[in-house]
Amino acid sequence: MDAEVFRAWITSAAGVIEANRDHLTQLDAAIGDADHGINLARGFTAVLSALDAGGGKTATPGSILTVTGNTLISKVGGASGPLYGMAFRRAGKALGDAADVDLPALSAALDAALAGVQQLGAAREGDKTMVDALAAATRAFSKAIAEGASPDDALASLADAAEAGAAATVSMQALKGRASYLGPRSVGHEDPGAVSTALILGALRDAARAGR
Amino acid sequence: MKKLINSPDTVVTEALEGVAAAHPSLAVDVENKVITRAGGPTPGKVGLVSGGGSGHEPLHGGFVGYGMLDAACPGEVFTSPVPDQMLIATQAVDGGAGVLHVVKNYTGDVLNFQMAAEMAGDEGIEVVPVVVNDDVAVEDSLYTAGRRGTGATVFVEKIAGALAEEGADLTAVAAVAREVNERSRSFGVALSSCIVPAAGKPTFELGEAEAELGIGIHGEPGRTRAAHARAEELAAVALDAISADLGIQGDLLVMVNGMGGTPLIELYLMFNEVRKYLEARGGHVARNLVGNYITSLEMQGFSVTVCRLTDTLARLWDAPVDTPALRWGR
Repeated sequence: MDAEVFRAWITSAAGVIEANRDHLTQLDAAIGDADHGINLARGFTAVLSALDAGGGKTATPGSILTVTGNTLISKVGGASGPLYGMAFRRAGKALGDAADVDLPALSAALDAALAGVQQLGAAREGDKTMVDALAAATRAFSKAIAEGASPDDALASLADAAEAGAAATVSMQALKGRASYLGPRSVGHEDPGAVSTALILGALRDAARAGR
Repeated sequence: MKKLINSPDTVVTEALEGVAAAHPSLAVDVENKVITRAGGPTPGKVGLVSGGGSGHEPLHGGFVGYGMLDAACPGEVFTSPVPDQMLIATQAVDGGAGVLHVVKNYTGDVLNFQMAAEMAGDEGIEVVPVVVNDDVAVEDSLYTAGRRGTGATVFVEKIAGALAEEGADLTAVAAVAREVNERSRSFGVALSSCIVPAAGKPTFELGEAEAELGIGIHGEPGRTRAAHARAEELAAVALDAISADLGIQGDLLVMVNGMGGTPLIELYLMFNEVRKYLEARGGHVARNLVGNYITSLEMQGFSVTVCRLTDTLARLWDAPVDTPALRWGR
């Protein structure tokens, strides 16, 4: 997967976030402060401008993710700005200067993204956060690669596990972030951060498939 | 949605242009969304920077001025500002004695200020953060993100600002800020929701006969939803929660704060109930603040903040202050 695939991933992620802007905001209204879709959509719009203006600075997969992360930190605010920003920055750093990225390298980059999110936000699986989608996805992805799955199947398990991880947050009580203020009343709602993570990883699957 | 706006996307910047036009004592960087005192940093004085989502006005921009903050960074409505803004503010107010960051305890605010403090440190500016977490509606435990920062932020900014103005060093200013936070508790009650301009509809639905007890300042729900009750009973709900966590005795600084959509006549009525409750239990309301100081857009409701004063804290509270929203003694 080359820079074009990664550029297509971010473009597609921006598209699905925009398309799900109101849905994400509605999920956030139920257990948070009703701005997740609005903020992420604003952030990804800025990311697309930054990538357009980036020229030679966004020539590799790693640099595309780093610029994405830096822009999200600068533009989004809230908790999701630093957390997604950190995820993309760490993934970009893990990819280094490589012009072409294979599945194991992508898997390592997503592991680094998860580690960055957990370092900053201190959330664990089961806390009803984006970690529930991201951790399930990275685990399924590396397992599929280790078992010799085809690239299409491995990417499908990544995206499917992220969706399942997000769906599993419905029955959880939030222990981190603004939803935790609700205590038991947070049960019964899907975590907006986990849902946006699943959307972004679904965009990765689609872009990688189309690009091969 | 009926609001006095031109477009939901430009609410914050257009409001900042209005702040700039209304208050020549402030320097407003509209593009970067940073409000500082006009005239630059005071050499040798500890700088105070705070920030948070917009929609809580006058907090924080209305508290920039002599005896209080040196800079405020407003984020989008109900969204933490970003590290770039906080770094610009920190650089702008550094008079060589270091900078205090007053941070309300919300995951986003804490994460963004943490990144900004690191960036400022890289540039050789000493930054000490103080996290305000006074809202007793949220249990401070392993099972939550911790108590939220609400009304005590006003007290922290006023009292730490007064000490900084006297020339105290960063360690002392941070210590008094923490002391005020530790001696303060708040509780809020909402009678109606608020409408985030970009969302265009109420954040939550509250029935005609309901009140949300323990509401957060972004419309995030509180402890319970209950039947709306008389003012005396709502005051007791708030103060029962506060006094379960803070001994009510001695001289108290008490704020009865409006959420943005509450008439002042009701806030004064509520202050009277609060005063009666506290004095019946041996407290003495030595200082007070009644009005809209930390709001949630057009939400109807109130919050109470109680701080147990010491002689030093009372003296610093009384010290001159000259900001758009708080002004006395000068």
